[in-house]
Amino acid sequence: MDAVVMTKPRASGMTQVAPLLRVTDLTKSYGHVVGCRNVSFELRPGEVVGIVGESGSGKTTLLNAISGKLPPTAGKVEFDTSRFGLTDIYGLNEPDRRRMQREEWGFVHQNPRDGLRMRVSGGANVAEPLMNIGDRHYGRMRAATIAWLDRVELDTRRIDDKPRNFSGGMQQRIQVARNLIHGPRLVFMDEPTGGLDVSVQARLLDLLRELVRDLNLAVIIVTHDMAVARLMADRLLVMKSGFVVETGLTDQVLDDPQHPYTQLLVSSVLQI
Amino acid sequence: MSNLPLIVVDDLAKTFVLHNADSAQIPVFERLTLEVGPGECVVLAGESGVGKSTLMRSIYGNYLPTQGSVRVLHDGEYVDITQALPHQVLDVRRRTLGYVSQFLRVIPRISTLHLVMEPLLENGVATEEARARAETLLSALRLPRAHWDLPPATFSGGEQQRVNIARSFIRNYPVMLLDEPTASLDAENRAIVVTLIKEALGRGAAMIGIFHDHDVRDAVATRLFGVSEFKAAA
Repeated sequence: MDAVVMTKPRASGMTQVAPLLRVTDLTKSYGHVVGCRNVSFELRPGEVVGIVGESGSGKTTLLNAISGKLPPTAGKVEFDTSRFGLTDIYGLNEPDRRRMQREEWGFVHQNPRDGLRMRVSGGANVAEPLMNIGDRHYGRMRAATIAWLDRVELDTRRIDDKPRNFSGGMQQRIQVARNLIHGPRLVFMDEPTGGLDVSVQARLLDLLRELVRDLNLAVIIVTHDMAVARLMADRLLVMKSGFVVETGLTDQVLDDPQHPYTQLLVSSVLQI
Repeated sequence: MSNLPLIVVDDLAKTFVLHNADSAQIPVFERLTLEVGPGECVVLAGESGVGKSTLMRSIYGNYLPTQGSVRVLHDGEYVDITQALPHQVLDVRRRTLGYVSQFLRVIPRISTLHLVMEPLLENGVATEEARARAETLLSALRLPRAHWDLPPATFSGGEQQRVNIARSFIRNYPVMLLDEPTASLDAENRAIVVTLIKEALGRGAAMIGIFHDHDVRDAVATRLFGVSEFKAAA
């Protein structure tokens, strides 16, 4: 394993006030292969953190380990749960952890097929999280679903259409509505605009920016697209070979990168 | 109004290290010290490449200085921009530290009017009031009303610059950094910007500016600051 020199720990995101999320020395290995190693950071309510780096740098492994999908080899992920306060999520029993994920988190996948149920209607996809947290009032759920379809700029008359009858950009909007309707405090996004063509991508990014600001959401967004990172994130974690090699304010990391890898990454972006 | 300086730059040094070019070192300045008080407009002097923009960006937190501190008076307390956490820097920028860059960073799909209103909306000003103030400023800057609902991506350089100026002057930031705000403007529009700057100084704002236009510089500068005096040895 080649040595990866980290830039000096400066604004590492450690705060005095209670964080919403605290990740400590998180490591995930697949046998001898390291997914991510010794990652530590904190997230405040309403803060948007971008995880950037090339394919294979460990971004998605880190996201999955933080979001409870992939038990880490070592380290802790603590979340300020409404029921237990700041708690190691892998210390919770399975039902409690699943309930916490359902009630307090959202997860937007790159591919809508991974985040939607393709056999039920778009409206049912959006309403399902409300049922999962115990709502049983059909009229209220339908009204909330219509309000959310409208908010993500979808034609509410298509509420009963199946996801496969929507375009890729529209499917992604359904997925966004499905992941916000229950009022989560933390939303994970894995390349949310990755599979879309640029004009559709711009509209979706614009929508996400607005929602994040209006709802004061905390977001962890994985992207390999520096333009997406600049538009969405307050601060960045730059990953290489499983390590976080640089962190800081988004525009500072992109305009005055310190680490050799970040400099390479930023200078590799094509200008148009 | 207190007379405490609003910006205190102490022992600042900046050297760029280009890791992918044999770790080439590009020293810019060192041991740079500067204080700016209320009502002052310090104009950075020196030829192209001397580090004026680098200093400005280091004060804004956009560049990371190699050494030294940049303290900005925020809510009655000094915050060292070089050490503050990202959310603190963002808070200082939102409420205290305004920046007019040479170029507008266009966000797809967002209308000119909304772009100008945004700094007020982020500070909790009601939409109607924000809209009224944005309209007043855009009118003062003589940007045609037909442009207001369009995203500024297709505007001319001078039009984009006026949008940028409106966006920065819509709030009364206590501290402002002006990086050639008049570069692509005609004489009439330059005069309007000079008026805006003087009004802000009259309110007690502290400013640091770069102006290549001598008329504008002479009209607003309360003193000149030679960045080349702090040139770092190569």
